[in-house]
Amino acid sequence: MPRAATTTDAFNAVAEPRRRQILDALAEGERPVNDLVELLGLGQPQVSKHLRVLREVDLVAFREEGRQRMYRLNGQSLKPIHDWVKTYEESWNERFEVLDEVLEDLKEQENDDGDNDD
Amino acid sequence: MVTMTTSQPAVVTLPTDTQILVTREFAAPRHLVWRAYTEPELIAKWWHANRGEILSTEVDLRVGGKWRWVMVTPDGYEVAFTGEYREIVPDQKLVYTEIFEGVPTDPADAAVNTMTFTELDGRTHMVSLTELPSQEARDAILATGMEAGMQDAYDLLEGVAITLT
Repeated sequence: MPRAATTTDAFNAVAEPRRRQILDALAEGERPVNDLVELLGLGQPQVSKHLRVLREVDLVAFREEGRQRMYRLNGQSLKPIHDWVKTYEESWNERFEVLDEVLEDLKEQENDDGDNDD
Repeated sequence: MVTMTTSQPAVVTLPTDTQILVTREFAAPRHLVWRAYTEPELIAKWWHANRGEILSTEVDLRVGGKWRWVMVTPDGYEVAFTGEYREIVPDQKLVYTEIFEGVPTDPADAAVNTMTFTELDGRTHMVSLTELPSQEARDAILATGMEAGMQDAYDLLEGVAITLT
């Protein structure tokens, strides 16, 4: 699958572990930048850089509150990633459904064998 | 055909950049799930996912033993997976490597699958962790699943096969 540059592709934007840490933190609720700096143990410039990447792909948004920027998660932008994993999940499910039938047959066989042994 | 409604769908998550985690519950005790995963004639009954014909389900179930499963799609495309068993704890745990033969891969870069089966009240909880050598390799597997979702039923096969356990 061709990939866009990091800053235009949500998939790449979340490929960075620190950025996922930020998303995880924001998943619990809105947070000021200072909170995120403390949480990640990184310098403010690095955190701001990660936030900028996330902002450019609309994964996060912010509002001004006094002199602080309050960041929040934009769940809608995570949907392509969710859908991506979802399709993989579905292909597994098709196979597992057939496996369910095989297991059902095996259970019946085992019960029959048990009856014969009695 | 009996329709099973007792099982929840599989759940797929991505714990790290190089991992895929699949969990699924089966309405059967784990020794039966184990058999379905390790006995060639049983594998042949489900691995096709109703999307092709099984050509081979070789299993040499011992540490260092090889496995090779092959199916052919309705339009004649052969899909083969192979690997080696690394750890075998009957009914409980299976660790094996996996390579899709359609993509030339150094065996050292094979995916490593760790499957664990736990049983509660006659049901089996399966956890399947796939670990890839790189994020690119991991994403390639996921991407194949996505493309599969966009194609028609028969073309789905390749994607389904690539997600082989």
